[in-house]
Amino acid sequence: MKNWRTSSIPRHKPGTTAAVLAGLVLLVAVLNLCLGAETIPLGTVGRVLAGQEHGTVAFRIIRYVRMPRTCACLLTGAALAASGAIIQGVLSNALAAPSTIGVNAGAGLLVAVCCAVAPSSVALVPYAALLGGFLGVSLVLFIAERTGASKITLVLAGVAISSIFSAGIDAVITFVPDALNGYSDFRIGGFSGMSMTRIKPALWPIVLSFTAALSLHNEMDVLMLGTEQAQSLGVSAKRLRLLVLALAAVMAGAAVSISGLVGFVGLIAPHIMRRLVGEDSGPLLVTSALGGAALLGGCDLLARMLFAPFELPVGIVMALVGGPFFIWLLQRRGHT
Amino acid sequence: MIELKDLGAGYGGHAVLHGISMAFPPGQVTVLLGPNGCGKSTLVKAALGLLPDRTGDVLFDGISIDRLTVRQIAQKAAYMAQARNIPSITARRMVLHGRFPYLGYPRRYRPEDREMARQALAWADAEDLADRPMSELSGGQRQKVYLAMALAQDTETIFMDEPTTYLDVKHQMEVMSVSRRLAELGRAVVLVLHDLSLALREADQLAVLEEGMLRRTGTAEEIFSSGVLDRVFGVTVKRIWTEHGWQYYYV
Repeated sequence: MKNWRTSSIPRHKPGTTAAVLAGLVLLVAVLNLCLGAETIPLGTVGRVLAGQEHGTVAFRIIRYVRMPRTCACLLTGAALAASGAIIQGVLSNALAAPSTIGVNAGAGLLVAVCCAVAPSSVALVPYAALLGGFLGVSLVLFIAERTGASKITLVLAGVAISSIFSAGIDAVITFVPDALNGYSDFRIGGFSGMSMTRIKPALWPIVLSFTAALSLHNEMDVLMLGTEQAQSLGVSAKRLRLLVLALAAVMAGAAVSISGLVGFVGLIAPHIMRRLVGEDSGPLLVTSALGGAALLGGCDLLARMLFAPFELPVGIVMALVGGPFFIWLLQRRGHT
Repeated sequence: MIELKDLGAGYGGHAVLHGISMAFPPGQVTVLLGPNGCGKSTLVKAALGLLPDRTGDVLFDGISIDRLTVRQIAQKAAYMAQARNIPSITARRMVLHGRFPYLGYPRRYRPEDREMARQALAWADAEDLADRPMSELSGGQRQKVYLAMALAQDTETIFMDEPTTYLDVKHQMEVMSVSRRLAELGRAVVLVLHDLSLALREADQLAVLEEGMLRRTGTAEEIFSSGVLDRVFGVTVKRIWTEHGWQYYYV
């Protein structure tokens, strides 16, 4: 496993990169608040954020539509990207993403069941996703733990559980075709109709697990030296691997409960950041979170603006923008 | 001091080592010899508690390994593995990881850890590599950085599994001289080597393994005169007296 990564050499100082990315996140956030079917000038946005302009149209648009949507984008992007960075690092696998350890399949199954059993209770979907994601990952980690918790057993357990859960989803939809209506929205993912009440249950799990993961960044670096070398340095490799993956799963599960299955950001953002700041887990986690937020925020802006007043699902924009960018990144790696 | 008591070990229920009893005394360079697949690396891993399938016992200063935490073991014995991952981090950061067993949560490297890492890099003659990414280094340079990491761990016993692999003759001799200096400082140095003449020339104690069993331990003189190497490796080991002492070769 010498060279699974898309990057090897840190080219910029992590602090500078993080500062630039933070600026980018701010810019994306401001653009998201200003632009849309109704363009709102920056000054008005500022006044609304400061608590003025009560009762105006601009106030209502920002407060009830664009603000929740922007927060949701940034939070989801950050959580998925940080989660992806952890999972790729811990499993030493370039293709790993939250879906690898069963988050998506678990969340999908419970959402499908929820849509089948209680089609009118749309409010339950985020909770079903959160619970399902945890369930999927817990099963994967449990099986991996029983079989030695090696990197490959984790990936294989993830593949197996995902297949079983996908079959479950298909079965639910076959028996209750109406469930497809709600499930389809969840599967494509997106941020339309976002509200703060949907974000709140996911906020704390994401913030707490990100902080905990960040506090373990030196442990993660040692883990990347290999199981035996890590253990000879005093790190209980198996236990740490399961713990860190659980934290990544909490972040991804919570993110998916907000946005549905937005793919790709968890895969691509960490790869870009690895190229920029190298592999030290601390800087990589911070920049991945910022980069993921900027990327998803930017894609959602495009999704809203490209064919306005029609809106594309953000997952489609993500794949159309991210896919070619990723291929370009790989090509550049081939040349260097 | 680390002592092995009737140690057996293996992988997935398949026993590789059987009934090994020996000690790695401080102040001595101990070399493990034996044909490929005889269990040398397994012995090192089992002594460090890295293998779950273990019988018998390993004593660290008289205390059973089962009563020590992973961290306590890491403070007593360092390990330079044979197969390694090469992360894209700088050599300095890599060596700093050697200080890991001494940090409490949350792990923050202290100034004394950085100083220790700098000294270890100097010991391993790798100071000039400090700020270069591991992925850009040659096999021999990476080996030096791994050696520095083991030195930074500052343990009484250091296990090195084939430390001279990838190294040219000059650097092989440097590794041996670092081992000698460490032994003179009172450390127990345990090496797995394939080079019989290097091993016989440099070791204070040799242990010859075959098919997972310890055939013989002793000084170079004792091992040579017992003829155990001839039987185990299927060669004839000879020696010649030179101004630098006995030099060993095989035909």
